[in-house]
Amino acid sequence: MMASSYNAKEEDGHHSGSASHGGAAVVKSKKPDNTAFKQQRLPAWQPILTAGTVLPAFFVIGLIFIPIGIGLYVTSNNIKEFEIDYTGVDMNSACYSCAKNFSWNSTTSCLCTVDFTLEQPFESNVFMYYGLSNFYQNHRRYVKSRDDSQLNGDMSALTNPSKECEPYRMSEGLPIAPCGAIANSLFNDTLKLYYLEANGTRNEIPLVKKGIAWWTDKHVKFRNPGGNANLTAVFQGNLTATSKPVNWRNPVYELDQDPENNGFINEDFIVWMRTAALPTFRKLYRIIQKKSSTMPTLPSGKYVLDITYNYPVLSFDGRKRMILSTISWMGGKNPFLGIAYITVGSICFFLGVVLLIIHHKYDTRSTGADIPN
Amino acid sequence: MFLVGHSLLTDTAWHFKKKEGKKKNSGWTGEGTVRANTLLNDHPNPHYANNKIKTTKYTLLSFLPKNLFEQFHRFANVYFVFIALLNFVPVVNAFQPELALAPVVFILSVTAIKDLWEDYRRHRSDTEINHMDCLVYSSMERRYVEKYWKEVQVGDFIRLRCNEILPADVLLLSSSDPDRLCHIETATLDGETNLKQRQVVRSFLDLDCEFDPFKYHSVIECEKPNNDLNRFRGYIVHRSGRRDVLCKENLLLRGCTIRNTEEAVGIVIYAGHETKAMLNNNGPRYKRSKLERQMNVDVFWCVIILLVICSFAAVGHGLWMFQYGDKRPVFDVLSPQGTNLSPIMSAIYLFLTLIIVFQVLIPISLFVSIEIVKICQVYLIHQDMDLYDEETDSHLQCRALNITEDLGQMQYIFSDKTGTLTENKMVFRRCTVAGVEYSHDANARRLAMYQEMDSEEEECMSHGGTLPRRESVTSHQSARVVLRSQSTKSHRRTGSRAEAKRASILSKHTAFSSPMEKDITPDPQLLYKVNECSSQMDFMRFHSQPMSQLSSDLSDIIDFFIALTICNTVVVSSPNQPRHKVRMRFELKSPVKTIEDFIKRFTPSRLTSGSNSSSSSSLITNRSSNKGCSSLLSSPSAESTLTKLHEEQSSHLEPTFSPVPPCYDGKASWNLEEGELRYEAESPDEAALVYAARAYKCSLVGRLPDQVTVELPHLGKLSFELLHTLGFDSTRKRMSVVVKHPLTDQITVYTKGADSVIMDLLKPLDTGKRQKKIICRTQNYLNLYAADGLRTLCIAKKILSKEEYACWLQCHLEAETAIQGREELLFQSALRLETNLQLLGATGVEDRLQDGVPETVAALRRAGLQIWVLTGDKQETAVNIAYACKLLDPEEEMLTLNADSQEACALLLEESLHYIQAKFLCSSADQAAKAFHTNFVPCEINSSSSLSSHNTSPFLVHRLGLVIDGRTLAYALDKTLEDKFLEVARSCRSVLCCRSTPLQKSMVVKLVRNKLKVMTLAIGDGANDVSMIQVADVGVGISGQEGMQAVMASDFALPRFRYLQKLLLVHGHWCYSRLANMILYFFYKNAMFVALLFWYQFYCGFSGSAMIDQWYLIFFNLMFSAFPQLVTGTLDKDVSAETLQRLPQLYVNGQNSEEYKPYMFWMNMIDAFYQSLVCFFIPYFAYADSDVDLFTWGTPITTLALFTILLHLGIETKTWTWMNWLSIIFSITLFFTVALCYNASCPTCFSPSNPYWTMQRQLQEPLFYLLCLITPVTALLPRYALILSHPWCRSSTNKYSHTVETINIISFKRLIPRCAFQI
Repeated sequence: MMASSYNAKEEDGHHSGSASHGGAAVVKSKKPDNTAFKQQRLPAWQPILTAGTVLPAFFVIGLIFIPIGIGLYVTSNNIKEFEIDYTGVDMNSACYSCAKNFSWNSTTSCLCTVDFTLEQPFESNVFMYYGLSNFYQNHRRYVKSRDDSQLNGDMSALTNPSKECEPYRMSEGLPIAPCGAIANSLFNDTLKLYYLEANGTRNEIPLVKKGIAWWTDKHVKFRNPGGNANLTAVFQGNLTATSKPVNWRNPVYELDQDPENNGFINEDFIVWMRTAALPTFRKLYRIIQKKSSTMPTLPSGKYVLDITYNYPVLSFDGRKRMILSTISWMGGKNPFLGIAYITVGSICFFLGVVLLIIHHKYDTRSTGADIPN
Repeated sequence: MFLVGHSLLTDTAWHFKKKEGKKKNSGWTGEGTVRANTLLNDHPNPHYANNKIKTTKYTLLSFLPKNLFEQFHRFANVYFVFIALLNFVPVVNAFQPELALAPVVFILSVTAIKDLWEDYRRHRSDTEINHMDCLVYSSMERRYVEKYWKEVQVGDFIRLRCNEILPADVLLLSSSDPDRLCHIETATLDGETNLKQRQVVRSFLDLDCEFDPFKYHSVIECEKPNNDLNRFRGYIVHRSGRRDVLCKENLLLRGCTIRNTEEAVGIVIYAGHETKAMLNNNGPRYKRSKLERQMNVDVFWCVIILLVICSFAAVGHGLWMFQYGDKRPVFDVLSPQGTNLSPIMSAIYLFLTLIIVFQVLIPISLFVSIEIVKICQVYLIHQDMDLYDEETDSHLQCRALNITEDLGQMQYIFSDKTGTLTENKMVFRRCTVAGVEYSHDANARRLAMYQEMDSEEEECMSHGGTLPRRESVTSHQSARVVLRSQSTKSHRRTGSRAEAKRASILSKHTAFSSPMEKDITPDPQLLYKVNECSSQMDFMRFHSQPMSQLSSDLSDIIDFFIALTICNTVVVSSPNQPRHKVRMRFELKSPVKTIEDFIKRFTPSRLTSGSNSSSSSSLITNRSSNKGCSSLLSSPSAESTLTKLHEEQSSHLEPTFSPVPPCYDGKASWNLEEGELRYEAESPDEAALVYAARAYKCSLVGRLPDQVTVELPHLGKLSFELLHTLGFDSTRKRMSVVVKHPLTDQITVYTKGADSVIMDLLKPLDTGKRQKKIICRTQNYLNLYAADGLRTLCIAKKILSKEEYACWLQCHLEAETAIQGREELLFQSALRLETNLQLLGATGVEDRLQDGVPETVAALRRAGLQIWVLTGDKQETAVNIAYACKLLDPEEEMLTLNADSQEACALLLEESLHYIQAKFLCSSADQAAKAFHTNFVPCEINSSSSLSSHNTSPFLVHRLGLVIDGRTLAYALDKTLEDKFLEVARSCRSVLCCRSTPLQKSMVVKLVRNKLKVMTLAIGDGANDVSMIQVADVGVGISGQEGMQAVMASDFALPRFRYLQKLLLVHGHWCYSRLANMILYFFYKNAMFVALLFWYQFYCGFSGSAMIDQWYLIFFNLMFSAFPQLVTGTLDKDVSAETLQRLPQLYVNGQNSEEYKPYMFWMNMIDAFYQSLVCFFIPYFAYADSDVDLFTWGTPITTLALFTILLHLGIETKTWTWMNWLSIIFSITLFFTVALCYNASCPTCFSPSNPYWTMQRQLQEPLFYLLCLITPVTALLPRYALILSHPWCRSSTNKYSHTVETINIISFKRLIPRCAFQI
């Protein structure tokens, strides 16, 4: 990339010889050591920027970046993604009435059904996400409002949650489990996906709800107090009586039937607790596993999405989406990085060309005039 | 005795009051009373300071509060503590309070420990001084007992022995010296190594027996403690009511050393911090470097930026909340109390929160890093072999750790002369006697031998000295003599170090005793003549022939050497007992004795009438006339009415050799016993002349106030009766002694002085052909000497008849006893004596410059530095040296300012100003051409580039030299004139202030520093330079022979003046450019990091949230990104040392603050802005609408920022050593190691981020690596491209094969924005 010119100077330790003879060596001299470091003569590489070194650098960057970019772009484009907004803002949308009438205080669920069509079959495993927009899960006070010790199954934290959970720490004199605003605002819509066969029968697609959270979260960070056995007893015991979060319908020990997915280790809950970085985000909801190698996971055709509409977002102008997506080695569909690589690579290449031209122009213009010596 | 104390008390109190009225008009500043401390239980002077000194800043108790208080002077520290404390307020806190406190505490404690250590060192040196021993009279035990210095109190009697250092300011009451004198060496005080005589208080002069403190019951009234070393006024009131005047001749100052006096007793007048030495010692000043001041401005800007972005975000937050109205969304959490905050309140809280979050913008680690880098720089400077002096085995010492970069920005240098520019060693070179030149070739060869090794290193430099005195450019001394080029080097490289060391130890005992100065090789021709002459005289004496039969040539020679020997104030000491005065009072056994002699010898007080009385008092008078003469007269007095019937032949035919020394026969044995004698003189050249005379066997053996003994070849010891000494003063520019010649018995005046004066005072030319010839020839040789850079002195004599002498004596005595205008009268009297002189010869003495001074001065000049010399020396000497060290150029004009009143001074300044304007501004075009022309004559190397340095100085500097003396300086420094003075001074190329006091030196420095707003450096070696060193921005002490006072006060201590060149040009440049770049980089780094957080506010509802884990936030600066910049800040070299020394012009870079201009700060801010945008938005888009969580997203951003920042540093680094590589690799490794450990350590801790396993997962993601590749490249692309394209640097392709000049040009180019894009 750059020409290297080593201006290292060889050590010249010959001068000190004269001082030491004749018994003068007894007196310890304060003379500084003649080492390269102390004399600031360390061998140094001085990058001298010359056209010969700089121009190839630009081209090399360009030549590396553009293929990467193309690769990324292609990969991203191969990813199949389907997204449907079911917030119900529009009068015509199926969930309009649910959205209109629903609030956190409602006791009954509102059901709505959305039909959609997949134009292309989804071949590999399909990841089902729910997406929220304008939901500031990264708000400073919101992010803080949790107690990791409690979620890790610490008994003392269960009965006496951290102050950070305020004002969602105690409810009716009892500690809230799980405490805090994040838990309190748990996304609680239920989505069910049906394949609408040609004859009109709804074929429920099996949605796997395990394996959607980080392994470390599920097994290390989140633990139920007193193990997974008999959660009801733990959360409602005499000494450890807790209250459910204000906005929740059911207490934490009734999140799921499966004891391996109940309580604090409920994966939907764990996923929710990992607060999103940006106000528009998606969270993994279910996985649709590929059944056989011949059949696509989701063949093209008509589908029905059954929504148990529990989660109000209209008050803050939020949106709810259901996303179906396959993923690649680099994650979900996102053409940005590919484009970025191509762009930067091109700029470098272009700059290299421009510099080359200037160099040539300059070189011809000044050969005669500029060598004074 | 004890009753006396009481009665005394009331008595003096009354006296005190009574005298009040009188004292007012005598101009006293105030007075204090000192009583003897002989009372048993009660201390009579309780309100005076005791002798304990304390220069430390802290005590154990006060350390913490005081140190913290001082640290909080630094605005940033207050800010950080404020931020840390803010974190404890729940409603606004952003981080864990304890965590946020950590960096502040760390930084404060590092600084505190450093301060503590420095103070401890001061404390140790204080204790050492306080615990020195001295003998103090104890009234209990009625004897002198050993006490510590700190126990000495005002009023104590102190017995001092030879070679002891004075613990306090002491009034001399008794001395073992029969003349009641006490010799002191004031080297530590004013830098003068010669001996000074102090006198016992007049009323105690006649004490024949030993002084008994118990019999003392007088009271001393004196001035309030002040810092004027040259003034002391007071009265001593005896019990009888008699009052005697005290003057500075009676006062021994703290820090001086008793020499040549076996024992002295005195009473302590001022003690401890009230002593004049301590009062002159202004305490150390906290120095803040210019760069740091500049930086503080930008820190201030950072604060403004911080406030702006915080307010912006706060408003944003308010609006964000406002848009939701009453419908509070679930993610907008209520306050802990459950209350609903209004948008406005919430915005205010958020403002404070953001200040915490964005605190990194004010670079907390910057200050720590700067300190660390400075310590490393100091270490490297300290280790530089080029700044190591083998002779003294001493390094450069950096005593101030925080102003290294100031060395690179100096604009004015204020230098002391003696011991700084010169070695303070005078060497006799050649002489001319009676018109015949004796070139002393052997001597020159000997001197040349002393520097055989030097000549290898530095060749081609000619020492173009010129005439010593020069009022204008009149003489075109183009014929520069290069003869001397070899001899100017010192002897210091001659032998092994051990030998040199021995020599330097010896020279500590006696001031002028290096073999170079002592062992003059006589000129064989002259030696022969001297021998012949004295043998003839011996013969004549033996045969009782009159001396007048001697040929005039030979008599001139012998007179010349006698004059050299006796016309001075040299004190003789013997080497066996160094610093002991050799006293040989030759009893005048001869029957031929005058009555006066008789009276003299048997009268206890020598202040009675008679010829000798004046000689003893002359000690006082010559001093007072020295300092006090205020007239500017230089013309020989017209009223010299004494008609001279000058005869060469004495009319008296009295026995010619009346005083026969008693030990005449035992002369040889005496000589064997005593060995070589040592001479100590007030000025080194006096000693040089005495040593020169000794080389011709004409040696000074003893000096008493009234008698000088000289040993001559064949003639043996001769005692000259010393009738008068008219001491040297700068107005007369000469000194004279009046003696009675023992051989001829004539009253002879020997005068020694500057050639300009003596030549005017010679007998009118028509007196004789021979004289005419001598004068003419001597003048020729004088010119030659001067051109050779030697200090010239003329020697003349005059024979007075008894009547003339009696007549003159009459007047002189009148003058001495006069009450009004005594000094003026004495001056007139001296003028009357020193007329119609007969020229004997002239001498050339070399005031040896230190090694490499002219080269250093020239190099510093070319570096655009203005050099002023401030010296306590007399004007001629100073001018002479200035020529020798190329400070003044023979081709340039010299303005001399000597005024004796405020008005005259004002007038002079006005005139000079007009002159300058008229001369240079009106005919500027003509002058410019001329200046251009003359400029490049002395500029041998790189004349092409010197143009640039001349352009850069902020005002036009003419080729003018300004010489100003101390008194005029005092007027010029007055408030009303200082501006004019500066105006004149700054348009001169070099300024020379002579005869300036320590305080004046510091005033000049202060004036220039404050008025011109320039960076000043003061360099000096003696205690007289201390205040100047302390006032300057950078004080440099020469750790030479003159004690350690200057070194103690300095910021840097050099063994030699010439090391200043490398210190400034290389180390100063490096330190400055390194620090400047580092500071800029710091601002960039922090701004870039903070901007990442700021962009995020747009995506988190301006809630003050941070995607970067708080640990990363806080330790990013302190740990992850700290080391590479420290290495670069310590080791980076923009230009090599060789180039910097070869091209002093590069120094201008620092003077003009090229590396760190205000706009650069903003450029860096903009770059930081851009880079942060890239580092934020690439991950933003890459993760847009994904399931990434907050801190998983923040981790790659932190990593990217780190990579970008390190790569940025890589672009800024000019030289890469393995240390740079190592530090960068280390930084990255450290970050990942810490991140991995931190993310694996605890699944439940570190709320709120709780980053368990985040980094581990990230490292498994390809996306992470893809981001790490593209983001730094994109972020740094513009900077890289800009640097490349900035000046599309021109050069030839085959650059490596080019000459030195090309490389110089390249590196010079590289310096500006590092742009050597070579094609």
